[in-house]
Amino acid sequence: MTAVLTAIPTEGTSMSTHETGGRLNVPGTPIFDGQTSRRGLRLNKMLMSFRSADNRERFSADEAAYCAEFGLAPEQTQAVLDRDWTAMIDLGGSIFYVYKLAMMDGRSMQYLGGVFTGMTEEEFQAELRAGGRRDG
Amino acid sequence: MADVLWGLATSHVPSIGAAMDRGKTEDPNWKDLFDGYAPARAWLAEHRPDVAIVVYNDHANGLDLDIVPTFGIGTADSYPVADEGYGPRQVPDVIGDPELSLHLLESLVDEGFDLTVFQELEVDHGLTVPLSVWTPDPGDAWPCPVVPILVNVIQYPQPTAARCYALGQALGRAIRSYREDVTVGILGTGGMSHQLAGSRAGFINPEFDAMWLEKIQTDPAALAGLSREELIREAGSEGIELIMWLIMRGAMHEQVTKVHSHYFLPASNTAAGIALFDNRPA
Ligand SMILES: [Fe+2]
Repeated sequence: MTAVLTAIPTEGTSMSTHETGGRLNVPGTPIFDGQTSRRGLRLNKMLMSFRSADNRERFSADEAAYCAEFGLAPEQTQAVLDRDWTAMIDLGGSIFYVYKLAMMDGRSMQYLGGVFTGMTEEEFQAELRAGGRRDG
Repeated sequence: MADVLWGLATSHVPSIGAAMDRGKTEDPNWKDLFDGYAPARAWLAEHRPDVAIVVYNDHANGLDLDIVPTFGIGTADSYPVADEGYGPRQVPDVIGDPELSLHLLESLVDEGFDLTVFQELEVDHGLTVPLSVWTPDPGDAWPCPVVPILVNVIQYPQPTAARCYALGQALGRAIRSYREDVTVGILGTGGMSHQLAGSRAGFINPEFDAMWLEKIQTDPAALAGLSREELIREAGSEGIELIMWLIMRGAMHEQVTKVHSHYFLPASNTAAGIALFDNRPA
Protein backbone atom coordinates (compact mmCIF):
# COMPACT_ATOMS: atom_id res chain seq x y z
CA MET A 1 0.00 0.00 0.00
CA THR A 2 2.68 2.48 0.95
CA ALA A 3 4.18 1.75 -2.44
CA VAL A 4 1.13 3.08 -4.21
CA LEU A 5 0.62 6.07 -1.99
CA THR A 6 4.19 7.14 -2.59
CA ALA A 7 3.79 6.26 -6.26
CA ILE A 8 0.99 8.77 -6.60
CA PRO A 9 2.47 12.01 -7.79
CA THR A 10 1.27 14.99 -5.76
CA GLU A 11 0.68 16.96 -8.90
CA GLY A 12 0.27 16.20 -12.56
CA THR A 13 0.16 12.71 -13.90
CA SER A 14 2.79 10.18 -14.66
CA MET A 15 1.95 7.28 -16.87
CA SER A 16 3.77 4.10 -16.01
CA THR A 17 1.92 1.86 -18.38
CA HIS A 18 4.79 -0.24 -19.64
CA GLU A 19 5.28 -2.69 -16.83
CA THR A 20 7.89 -4.85 -18.47
CA GLY A 21 8.38 -6.65 -21.72
CA GLY A 22 7.13 -9.85 -20.08
CA ARG A 23 3.74 -10.78 -18.72
CA LEU A 24 2.42 -9.13 -15.62
CA ASN A 25 3.18 -11.07 -12.46
CA VAL A 26 1.23 -10.39 -9.29
CA PRO A 27 1.58 -13.30 -6.84
CA GLY A 28 -1.58 -15.37 -6.38
CA THR A 29 -3.32 -13.40 -9.11
CA PRO A 30 -4.40 -14.92 -12.43
CA ILE A 31 -4.15 -12.25 -15.12
CA PHE A 32 -6.75 -12.82 -17.80
CA ASP A 33 -4.61 -11.55 -20.66
CA GLY A 34 -4.62 -12.14 -24.40
CA GLN A 35 -2.71 -15.42 -24.23
CA THR A 36 -4.99 -16.74 -21.51
CA SER A 37 -8.05 -15.66 -23.45
CA ARG A 38 -6.78 -17.37 -26.60
CA ARG A 39 -6.26 -20.55 -24.65
CA GLY A 40 -9.67 -20.37 -23.01
CA LEU A 41 -11.76 -19.22 -25.95
CA ARG A 42 -13.57 -22.54 -26.58
CA LEU A 43 -14.11 -23.12 -22.88
CA ASN A 44 -15.38 -19.60 -22.30
CA LYS A 45 -17.70 -19.82 -25.31
CA MET A 46 -19.21 -22.96 -23.86
CA LEU A 47 -19.65 -21.36 -20.46
CA MET A 48 -21.25 -18.33 -22.12
CA SER A 49 -23.79 -20.63 -23.77
CA PHE A 50 -25.22 -21.39 -20.32
CA ARG A 51 -27.10 -18.11 -20.53
CA SER A 52 -29.84 -20.06 -22.25
CA ALA A 53 -31.96 -22.56 -20.35
CA ASP A 54 -32.04 -24.92 -23.36
CA ASN A 55 -28.28 -25.12 -23.40
CA ARG A 56 -28.10 -25.68 -19.67
CA GLU A 57 -30.43 -28.63 -20.12
CA ARG A 58 -28.47 -30.09 -23.01
CA PHE A 59 -25.23 -29.77 -21.05
CA SER A 60 -26.69 -31.51 -18.03
CA ALA A 61 -27.98 -34.36 -20.18
CA ASP A 62 -24.49 -35.21 -21.49
CA GLU A 63 -21.69 -32.98 -20.24
CA ALA A 64 -18.85 -34.63 -22.18
CA ALA A 65 -20.73 -34.51 -25.46
CA TYR A 66 -21.57 -30.87 -24.91
CA CYS A 67 -17.88 -30.09 -24.25
CA ALA A 68 -16.95 -31.93 -27.45
CA GLU A 69 -19.47 -29.91 -29.40
CA PHE A 70 -17.68 -26.74 -28.34
CA GLY A 71 -14.25 -28.19 -29.19
CA LEU A 72 -12.75 -28.06 -25.71
CA ALA A 73 -9.25 -29.46 -25.21
CA PRO A 74 -9.27 -32.80 -23.34
CA GLU A 75 -7.85 -31.25 -20.16
CA GLN A 76 -10.49 -28.51 -20.28
CA THR A 77 -13.23 -31.13 -20.63
CA GLN A 78 -11.76 -33.04 -17.71
CA ALA A 79 -11.66 -29.90 -15.56
CA VAL A 80 -15.32 -29.23 -16.36
CA LEU A 81 -16.41 -32.81 -15.66
CA ASP A 82 -14.43 -32.84 -12.39
CA ARG A 83 -15.58 -29.36 -11.40
CA ASP A 84 -11.91 -28.57 -10.95
CA TRP A 85 -12.40 -24.81 -10.63
CA THR A 86 -8.72 -24.00 -10.25
CA ALA A 87 -7.86 -25.99 -13.39
CA MET A 88 -10.58 -24.22 -15.34
CA ILE A 89 -8.97 -20.88 -14.46
CA ASP A 90 -5.48 -22.23 -15.22
CA LEU A 91 -6.71 -23.50 -18.61
CA GLY A 92 -7.95 -20.11 -19.72
CA GLY A 93 -11.36 -19.79 -18.09
CA SER A 94 -12.40 -16.27 -17.14
CA ILE A 95 -13.83 -16.15 -13.64
CA PHE A 96 -16.99 -14.44 -14.91
CA TYR A 97 -17.55 -17.31 -17.35
CA VAL A 98 -16.53 -20.08 -14.95
CA TYR A 99 -19.00 -18.62 -12.47
CA LYS A 100 -21.85 -19.45 -14.84
CA LEU A 101 -21.14 -23.16 -14.35
CA ALA A 102 -20.81 -22.65 -10.60
CA MET A 103 -24.24 -20.98 -10.55
CA MET A 104 -25.76 -23.96 -12.35
CA ASP A 105 -24.36 -26.15 -9.58
CA GLY A 106 -25.82 -23.81 -6.96
CA ARG A 107 -22.34 -22.68 -5.90
CA SER A 108 -21.59 -19.15 -4.76
CA MET A 109 -18.62 -16.90 -5.47
CA GLN A 110 -17.65 -17.42 -1.81
CA TYR A 111 -17.58 -21.17 -2.38
CA LEU A 112 -15.22 -20.61 -5.34
CA GLY A 113 -13.12 -18.25 -3.23
CA GLY A 114 -12.80 -21.02 -0.66
CA VAL A 115 -11.70 -23.49 -3.34
CA PHE A 116 -9.09 -21.07 -4.70
CA THR A 117 -7.66 -20.40 -1.24
CA GLY A 118 -7.96 -23.86 0.33
CA MET A 119 -10.75 -22.96 2.72
CA THR A 120 -14.32 -23.94 3.28
CA GLU A 121 -16.95 -21.54 2.04
CA GLU A 122 -17.70 -20.62 5.67
CA GLU A 123 -14.07 -19.87 6.46
CA PHE A 124 -13.71 -17.77 3.34
CA GLN A 125 -16.91 -15.91 4.12
CA ALA A 126 -15.69 -15.27 7.67
CA GLU A 127 -12.45 -13.76 6.35
CA LEU A 128 -14.42 -11.44 4.11
CA ARG A 129 -16.66 -10.37 6.99
CA ALA A 130 -13.56 -9.74 9.08
CA GLY A 131 -12.44 -7.15 6.51
CA GLY A 132 -11.15 -9.26 3.64
CA ARG A 133 -7.83 -10.92 3.01
CA ARG A 134 -4.53 -9.12 2.62
CA ASP A 135 -1.38 -9.99 0.73
CA GLY A 136 0.84 -12.82 1.90
CA MET B 1 -26.13 24.07 -23.14
CA ALA B 2 -26.17 20.65 -21.61
CA ASP B 3 -24.05 19.93 -18.55
CA VAL B 4 -23.45 17.29 -15.95
CA LEU B 5 -25.66 17.83 -12.92
CA TRP B 6 -24.16 15.16 -10.72
CA GLY B 7 -21.80 12.21 -10.74
CA LEU B 8 -22.47 9.01 -8.87
CA ALA B 9 -19.70 6.49 -8.36
CA THR B 10 -20.91 3.13 -7.12
CA SER B 11 -20.06 -0.53 -6.99
CA HIS B 12 -22.19 -2.74 -9.23
CA VAL B 13 -21.84 -6.07 -7.41
CA PRO B 14 -24.68 -8.41 -8.49
CA SER B 15 -25.46 -9.41 -4.91
CA ILE B 16 -26.48 -5.81 -4.11
CA GLY B 17 -29.20 -6.13 -6.74
CA ALA B 18 -30.06 -9.61 -5.49
CA ALA B 19 -30.37 -8.36 -1.90
CA MET B 20 -32.83 -5.71 -3.09
CA ASP B 21 -34.71 -8.08 -5.39
CA ARG B 22 -35.13 -10.56 -2.53
CA GLY B 23 -36.10 -7.98 0.10
CA LYS B 24 -32.96 -8.52 2.19
CA THR B 25 -32.00 -4.89 2.69
CA GLU B 26 -32.78 -5.05 6.42
CA ASP B 27 -30.76 -8.25 6.85
CA PRO B 28 -27.90 -7.62 9.32
CA ASN B 29 -25.34 -8.52 6.64
CA TRP B 30 -26.70 -5.83 4.35
CA LYS B 31 -28.38 -3.16 6.45
CA ASP B 32 -25.33 -0.93 6.85
CA LEU B 33 -24.80 -0.86 3.08
CA PHE B 34 -28.35 0.23 2.35
CA ASP B 35 -28.42 2.67 5.27
CA GLY B 36 -25.30 4.14 3.69
CA TYR B 37 -27.14 4.63 0.41
CA ALA B 38 -30.08 6.47 1.97
CA PRO B 39 -28.70 10.05 2.02
CA ALA B 40 -27.52 9.75 -1.59
CA ARG B 41 -30.85 8.36 -2.71
CA ALA B 42 -32.75 11.12 -0.97
CA TRP B 43 -30.63 13.80 -2.66
CA LEU B 44 -30.86 12.10 -6.05
CA ALA B 45 -34.64 11.88 -5.78
CA GLU B 46 -34.65 15.70 -5.54
CA HIS B 47 -32.21 16.13 -8.44
CA ARG B 48 -33.55 14.14 -11.34
CA PRO B 49 -31.55 14.69 -14.54
CA ASP B 50 -33.03 14.62 -18.05
CA VAL B 51 -30.71 11.80 -19.07
CA ALA B 52 -28.08 9.58 -17.47
CA ILE B 53 -24.82 8.17 -18.80
CA VAL B 54 -23.78 4.89 -17.19
CA VAL B 55 -20.14 3.86 -17.55
CA TYR B 56 -19.94 0.14 -16.91
CA ASN B 57 -18.59 -3.18 -18.04
CA ASP B 58 -20.41 -6.27 -19.19
CA HIS B 59 -19.75 -9.58 -17.41
CA ALA B 60 -20.23 -12.27 -20.06
CA ASN B 61 -23.88 -11.38 -20.62
CA GLY B 62 -24.29 -8.82 -23.39
CA LEU B 63 -20.87 -9.54 -24.95
CA ASP B 64 -18.66 -12.58 -25.14
CA LEU B 65 -14.96 -12.85 -25.87
CA ASP B 66 -15.24 -12.98 -29.69
CA ILE B 67 -14.96 -9.23 -29.80
CA VAL B 68 -13.51 -7.25 -26.91
CA PRO B 69 -14.02 -3.53 -27.54
CA THR B 70 -11.89 -1.38 -25.29
CA PHE B 71 -14.54 1.35 -25.25
CA GLY B 72 -18.09 1.18 -26.59
CA ILE B 73 -21.31 3.19 -26.62
CA GLY B 74 -24.93 2.13 -27.01
CA THR B 75 -27.00 3.97 -29.62
CA ALA B 76 -30.26 2.03 -29.25
CA ASP B 77 -33.80 3.11 -28.41
CA SER B 78 -33.82 0.64 -25.55
CA TYR B 79 -31.69 -1.98 -23.86
CA PRO B 80 -33.30 -5.20 -22.62
CA VAL B 81 -32.22 -6.55 -19.24
CA ALA B 82 -30.02 -9.63 -19.80
CA ASP B 83 -30.69 -13.11 -18.49
CA GLU B 84 -27.42 -13.80 -16.68
CA GLY B 85 -28.21 -17.46 -16.17
CA TYR B 86 -31.04 -17.36 -13.66
CA GLY B 87 -33.62 -15.25 -15.49
CA PRO B 88 -33.48 -11.48 -15.99
CA ARG B 89 -33.74 -9.19 -12.95
CA GLN B 90 -37.30 -8.02 -12.51
CA VAL B 91 -36.51 -4.40 -13.24
CA PRO B 92 -37.64 -2.16 -16.10
CA ASP B 93 -35.89 -2.32 -19.45
CA VAL B 94 -33.59 0.62 -20.01
CA ILE B 95 -34.77 3.36 -22.36
CA GLY B 96 -32.05 4.89 -24.51
CA ASP B 97 -31.40 8.35 -25.91
CA PRO B 98 -30.02 7.62 -29.39
CA GLU B 99 -29.77 11.27 -30.35
CA LEU B 100 -27.48 12.04 -27.45
CA SER B 101 -25.57 8.79 -28.03
CA LEU B 102 -24.84 9.74 -31.62
CA HIS B 103 -23.78 13.24 -30.65
CA LEU B 104 -21.41 11.90 -28.00
CA LEU B 105 -20.04 9.33 -30.43
CA GLU B 106 -19.25 11.90 -33.08
CA SER B 107 -17.66 14.31 -30.63
CA LEU B 108 -15.57 11.58 -29.06
CA VAL B 109 -14.40 10.17 -32.40
CA ASP B 110 -13.45 13.70 -33.46
CA GLU B 111 -11.31 13.86 -30.33
CA GLY B 112 -9.60 10.57 -31.13
CA PHE B 113 -11.67 8.20 -28.97
CA ASP B 114 -12.87 5.61 -31.48
CA LEU B 115 -15.68 3.93 -29.61
CA THR B 116 -17.33 0.72 -30.81
CA VAL B 117 -21.02 1.23 -31.57
CA PHE B 118 -23.66 -1.06 -30.05
CA GLN B 119 -26.95 -0.82 -31.94
CA GLU B 120 -28.25 -3.74 -29.90
CA LEU B 121 -27.20 -4.46 -26.36
CA GLU B 122 -28.57 -6.44 -23.45
CA VAL B 123 -27.48 -4.83 -20.22
CA ASP B 124 -26.41 -6.82 -17.17
CA HIS B 125 -25.94 -6.10 -13.46
CA GLY B 126 -23.03 -3.81 -14.31
CA LEU B 127 -25.60 -1.29 -15.51
CA THR B 128 -28.81 -2.22 -13.70
CA VAL B 129 -27.39 -2.48 -10.17
CA PRO B 130 -26.13 1.13 -10.24
CA LEU B 131 -29.59 2.20 -11.44
CA SER B 132 -31.05 0.34 -8.45
CA VAL B 133 -28.56 1.96 -6.11
CA TRP B 134 -29.83 5.30 -7.41
CA THR B 135 -33.52 4.34 -7.60
CA PRO B 136 -34.55 1.42 -5.40
CA ASP B 137 -38.20 1.43 -6.49
CA PRO B 138 -38.34 2.41 -10.14
CA GLY B 139 -41.90 1.17 -10.70
CA ASP B 140 -42.50 0.79 -14.43
CA ALA B 141 -39.59 2.89 -15.61
CA TRP B 142 -36.18 4.21 -14.56
CA PRO B 143 -36.10 7.95 -13.78
CA CYS B 144 -34.76 8.95 -17.21
CA PRO B 145 -33.27 7.62 -20.46
CA VAL B 146 -29.80 6.14 -20.29
CA VAL B 147 -26.74 6.13 -22.55
CA PRO B 148 -24.49 3.14 -21.81
CA ILE B 149 -20.73 3.50 -22.18
CA LEU B 150 -18.85 0.22 -22.02
CA VAL B 151 -15.28 -0.35 -20.93
CA ASN B 152 -13.25 -3.53 -21.19
CA VAL B 153 -12.02 -4.18 -17.67
CA ILE B 154 -12.13 -7.99 -17.89
CA GLN B 155 -9.39 -8.81 -20.38
CA TYR B 156 -5.87 -7.47 -20.01
CA PRO B 157 -4.75 -5.00 -21.30
CA GLN B 158 -7.52 -2.86 -19.93
CA PRO B 159 -7.34 0.80 -21.00
CA THR B 160 -5.02 2.79 -18.77
CA ALA B 161 -6.39 4.90 -15.96
CA ALA B 162 -4.98 7.92 -17.77
CA ARG B 163 -6.87 7.06 -20.94
CA CYS B 164 -10.10 6.62 -18.98
CA TYR B 165 -9.65 9.99 -17.34
CA ALA B 166 -8.93 11.62 -20.71
CA LEU B 167 -12.01 9.94 -22.20
CA GLY B 168 -14.04 11.37 -19.34
CA GLN B 169 -12.71 14.85 -20.03
CA ALA B 170 -13.60 14.49 -23.73
CA LEU B 171 -17.01 13.19 -22.71
CA GLY B 172 -17.54 16.29 -20.56
CA ARG B 173 -16.73 18.52 -23.54
CA ALA B 174 -19.05 16.44 -25.73
CA ILE B 175 -21.90 16.84 -23.24
CA ARG B 176 -21.37 20.59 -22.99
CA SER B 177 -21.44 20.91 -26.79
CA TYR B 178 -24.85 19.20 -27.10
CA ARG B 179 -27.40 21.56 -28.62
CA GLU B 180 -30.24 20.41 -26.36
CA ASP B 181 -30.39 22.12 -23.00
CA VAL B 182 -30.44 18.97 -20.88
CA THR B 183 -29.10 18.02 -17.48
CA VAL B 184 -27.02 14.86 -17.26
CA GLY B 185 -26.37 12.46 -14.42
CA ILE B 186 -23.25 10.38 -14.92
CA LEU B 187 -22.57 7.10 -13.17
CA GLY B 188 -19.11 5.57 -12.88
CA THR B 189 -19.51 2.02 -11.73
CA GLY B 190 -17.56 -0.91 -10.33
CA GLY B 191 -15.08 -1.62 -7.55
CA MET B 192 -13.93 -1.18 -5.01
CA SER B 193 -10.97 -3.44 -4.21
CA HIS B 194 -11.60 -7.14 -4.79
CA GLN B 195 -10.19 -10.23 -6.38
CA LEU B 196 -12.28 -13.26 -7.33
CA ALA B 197 -9.77 -15.93 -8.42
CA GLY B 198 -6.32 -17.23 -7.54
CA SER B 199 -4.79 -17.88 -4.15
CA ARG B 200 -5.18 -14.17 -3.40
CA ALA B 201 -8.98 -14.42 -3.88
CA GLY B 202 -10.81 -12.45 -1.21
CA PHE B 203 -8.17 -9.73 -1.29
CA ILE B 204 -9.54 -6.39 -0.11
CA ASN B 205 -7.52 -3.23 0.52
CA PRO B 206 -9.41 -0.70 2.67
CA GLU B 207 -6.45 1.72 2.82
CA PHE B 208 -6.29 1.88 -0.96
CA ASP B 209 -10.06 2.29 -1.15
CA ALA B 210 -10.02 5.15 1.36
CA MET B 211 -7.29 6.87 -0.64
CA TRP B 212 -9.28 6.34 -3.86
CA LEU B 213 -12.54 7.65 -2.33
CA GLU B 214 -10.79 10.84 -1.29
CA LYS B 215 -8.72 11.48 -4.39
CA ILE B 216 -11.52 10.76 -6.86
CA GLN B 217 -12.86 14.10 -5.63
CA THR B 218 -9.74 16.07 -4.83
CA ASP B 219 -7.03 14.75 -7.12
CA PRO B 220 -8.31 12.45 -9.89
CA ALA B 221 -5.22 13.21 -11.99
CA ALA B 222 -3.12 11.43 -9.38
CA LEU B 223 -5.31 8.33 -9.69
CA ALA B 224 -5.01 8.58 -13.47
CA GLY B 225 -1.26 8.20 -12.98
CA LEU B 226 -1.59 4.68 -11.56
CA SER B 227 -0.44 1.89 -13.84
CA ARG B 228 -2.41 -1.27 -14.54
CA GLU B 229 0.08 -3.21 -12.50
CA GLU B 230 -0.33 -0.92 -9.50
CA LEU B 231 -4.10 -1.13 -9.81
CA ILE B 232 -4.13 -4.93 -10.00
CA ARG B 233 -1.67 -5.20 -7.15
CA GLU B 234 -3.39 -2.70 -4.86
CA ALA B 235 -7.06 -3.06 -5.82
CA GLY B 236 -7.07 -6.71 -6.96
CA SER B 237 -7.48 -8.27 -10.38
CA GLU B 238 -11.15 -7.26 -10.49
CA GLY B 239 -10.73 -4.04 -8.49
CA ILE B 240 -9.00 -2.53 -11.52
CA GLU B 241 -12.52 -1.79 -12.78
CA LEU B 242 -12.32 1.33 -10.58
CA ILE B 243 -10.83 3.00 -13.67
CA MET B 244 -14.42 3.50 -14.79
CA TRP B 245 -14.89 6.01 -11.98
CA LEU B 246 -12.28 8.16 -13.70
CA ILE B 247 -14.44 8.46 -16.83
CA MET B 248 -17.26 9.83 -14.68
CA ARG B 249 -14.92 12.15 -12.83
CA GLY B 250 -13.25 13.41 -15.99
CA ALA B 251 -16.62 14.52 -17.36
CA MET B 252 -17.16 16.74 -14.31
CA HIS B 253 -15.69 20.11 -13.39
CA GLU B 254 -12.36 20.39 -11.65
CA GLN B 255 -14.12 21.36 -8.42
CA VAL B 256 -17.06 19.23 -7.35
CA THR B 257 -18.97 19.19 -4.09
CA LYS B 258 -19.32 15.94 -2.26
CA VAL B 259 -22.92 15.19 -1.34
CA HIS B 260 -22.32 11.84 0.33
CA SER B 261 -20.00 8.88 0.41
CA HIS B 262 -20.03 5.53 2.15
CA TYR B 263 -17.84 2.45 2.35
CA PHE B 264 -18.96 -1.04 3.21
CA LEU B 265 -17.59 -4.56 3.18
CA PRO B 266 -18.14 -7.21 2.20
CA ALA B 267 -20.76 -7.08 -0.54
CA SER B 268 -20.25 -10.73 -1.50
CA ASN B 269 -16.49 -10.74 -2.24
CA THR B 270 -16.10 -7.03 -2.73
CA ALA B 271 -15.57 -3.79 -0.88
CA ALA B 272 -18.49 -1.60 -1.93
CA GLY B 273 -18.22 2.16 -2.21
CA ILE B 274 -20.56 4.97 -3.12
CA ALA B 275 -19.63 8.59 -3.75
CA LEU B 276 -22.05 11.26 -4.97
CA PHE B 277 -20.83 14.62 -6.26
CA ASP B 278 -22.74 17.77 -7.19
CA ASN B 279 -21.24 19.25 -10.35
CA ARG B 280 -22.81 22.67 -10.04
CA PRO B 281 -20.53 25.57 -9.05
CA ALA B 282 -20.64 25.86 -5.25
FE1 LIG C 1 -17.69 -5.32 -12.97
